Amino acid sequence: MNITLSIIYLIATVTFVIGLKMLGHPETAKKGNLIAAVGMILAIIGTIFLHDFEVASINYILIGAALLVGTVVGWLIAIKVEMTKMPELVSLFNGFGGASAMLIGIVEYGNKVGDAMQTSTVIAAIAIGSITFTGSLIAWAKLNGSMKDIRLPKYNLLNNIVLLGLLAFSTYIVMMGGNHLFLIYILLFASLVYGILFVIPIGGADMPVVISLLNSLTGIAAAITGILYGNMVMLVGGILVGSAGLILTFVMCDAMNRSLSNVIFGAFGGDGSTEGVAAVG
Amino acid sequence: MNELLEFISNNLELIYILILAIFIGVELIKNVPSVLHTPLMSGANALSGVVIVGALLVMLQANPKDYLSLGLGFVAVVLGIINVIGGFAVTDRMLQMFKKKK
Repeated sequence: MNITLSIIYLIATVTFVIGLKMLGHPETAKKGNLIAAVGMILAIIGTIFLHDFEVASINYILIGAALLVGTVVGWLIAIKVEMTKMPELVSLFNGFGGASAMLIGIVEYGNKVGDAMQTSTVIAAIAIGSITFTGSLIAWAKLNGSMKDIRLPKYNLLNNIVLLGLLAFSTYIVMMGGNHLFLIYILLFASLVYGILFVIPIGGADMPVVISLLNSLTGIAAAITGILYGNMVMLVGGILVGSAGLILTFVMCDAMNRSLSNVIFGAFGGDGSTEGVAAVG
Repeated sequence: MNELLEFISNNLELIYILILAIFIGVELIKNVPSVLHTPLMSGANALSGVVIVGALLVMLQANPKDYLSLGLGFVAVVLGIINVIGGFAVTDRMLQMFKKKK
């Protein structure tokens, strides 16, 4: 890899750490956010201009168009939205990040077939990316008020069965080796469904905790794609978000005097505990 | 199993970095005042948009005739950059509100 690019990635990684650190203190938070943003933009520009493979000009045009469209859309949504609607917006953005990881996984599957380790990385990116995608969309819809809490009977058991099924199926694809795009589509579909099932029974008041958890998962998905490309800024950035997001999830639960499992499985049983949960939330 | 061991020995540095990064993430967040939870979550969300780098790599490496990869890569870049730009912008707005209150 180009040495200048490596140095840019290193700088970006350091800005992520410093940015997160400063975001944790009221006086420095705003500056910290800015520093991390600058690092991110550096990493993006560096990736586009300082790589060492040949790129057709049509690819460059498409990249420019994609960046332009996304920047305008993201910016407009972010500055137009009402203050009260911000948490749900974070969830929506987080879902987009997950979807991005999912799409990367789908494209790279064909290129990485044959290597069990690489295939498992791709599969993990697809599964985690799609779970965060649909999960975040459901969380967004719930905070929006456009979706009521739906509790399927025995949903806890159902969710765990689907999750175990996903794990078993992923292992099966890796073990089989070879190129089985069809199986990947099944995995994709099952993961998308699991994301929905996972968030649907959780009460609207608990959504911030769930969003934090999903955010942590997006970070992990980013880190996994980082392993795929041997890309340090993705790996470290993703892992930072993954671990920081997970701890934040626990801290938020603590602030509500709840445990994480209580939030996720809280409505289990549907007896008095359900009302208790609603009251606390 | 052998493949796993091989992977570990080939990527030992990666694994060290991974473990250290996990600890840094935990340490950074441990003692954060609860008023900052939401902006911090939002900031972390913007950072997870770093996945855009992977989306860009997909598009840079795609064969110009491979319309599927280009198309999926295009969508991945759009979604990733929305995550990044929107994420940082929303965090900034949240913190602005925070400042006024003080």
